[in-house]
Amino acid sequence: MEISRLFVIFLSAMLVNNFVLSRFLGICPFLGVSRKLDTATGMSLAVIFVMTVASVITWFLNQLLLLMDIPFMRTIVFILVIATLVQFIETVLKKVSPSLYEALGIYLPLITTNCAILGLAILNVQQEYTLMETIFHSIGAGAGFAIALIIFATIRERMDVYEMPESFKGLASALVTAGLLSMSFMGFQGLVRL
Amino acid sequence: MTDKRRMIIKQGLFEQNPVFMQALGMCPALATTTSAVNAIGMGVATTCVLVMSNVVISIIKKLIPEKVRIPAYIVVIASFVTMIDMLMHGFTYELWKTLGLFIPLIVVNCLILGRAESFASKNSTGLAFLDGLFMGMGFTGALFILGSVREILGNGSFFGMQFSEVKLFAFVLPPGAYLALGLLAAFFTFVSGRLSKSSKKND
Repeated sequence: MEISRLFVIFLSAMLVNNFVLSRFLGICPFLGVSRKLDTATGMSLAVIFVMTVASVITWFLNQLLLLMDIPFMRTIVFILVIATLVQFIETVLKKVSPSLYEALGIYLPLITTNCAILGLAILNVQQEYTLMETIFHSIGAGAGFAIALIIFATIRERMDVYEMPESFKGLASALVTAGLLSMSFMGFQGLVRL
Repeated sequence: MTDKRRMIIKQGLFEQNPVFMQALGMCPALATTTSAVNAIGMGVATTCVLVMSNVVISIIKKLIPEKVRIPAYIVVIASFVTMIDMLMHGFTYELWKTLGLFIPLIVVNCLILGRAESFASKNSTGLAFLDGLFMGMGFTGALFILGSVREILGNGSFFGMQFSEVKLFAFVLPPGAYLALGLLAAFFTFVSGRLSKSSKKND
């Protein structure tokens, strides 16, 4: 029972309620770093990592806020903690694993203003998930972001080669492509019922 | 001086329109524009936060040490967002419920932090107020256009008034948001391209 519920949460965060394509969270990196496949992969890994760490920490913080009876401070506390955390991860990575830092480093500062991280933390609180559910939800959300971003990047790489009307170049064609991708992801609806 | 003011107004509304030209604040622009009313609600809430944060940051800009300016800006913005969240919960409960997650997420709207960093921290309070107001209005306008298009096409209504039985329901769903914004962006690039071409001819 317990395990199947965790699996359902994971699957629904990854495919059914995909963060980018159906919840509209994290659009900026989705449009910004999807020009090349390798940058997209780097960004996805960084997001999965930060998402999981951030939601575990914010879960504990939320318990503390509830204990102190100041839930209205949630937004301020969460965003500050996420900003600090990203800075902290950057510093630690630089010292501990320079090769990983080289791969993820430039994406980390961008993540602070990525609404997917704060959105995920707030969603976890709203759904009143337990710690285990929070972890599965975050990994699923991160994986969903990665899938969408990587598919999108491969499409955009191939799109560069083809000719299209002048006014559709850049943002417009990217948005229309994302629309088609989102439409195909709607096929997953009804896969799981929470 | 008045020239500078006029430039701020023009840039906020058209030349540097947050959504269509700079592609900032895309998440709320796509997520909350299922109807014209929701779009305006989101736009006005964002404008309020933007104006207040711009004013406060331009007042305290000399007190903030260079190195911690970004966290300081975030705290200012987050405080105003919390206030707006509470006010909307109290006075416009229905709207608060539909916008849901995206009200606290105004904090991470790149538009607000972007204006704080690139404008309010370098200009006087009066100009920062004006910049916040017109950038916010440009954002609200863009959201309103997108929300109207989606409501008219997807639901056959405008501001809740039903006038047509033709409903392309896909435009209310997530894919429609991307498609509608993509087509609108293409349209605006096309029009501005034509305009600049014709003005060149006149010169």
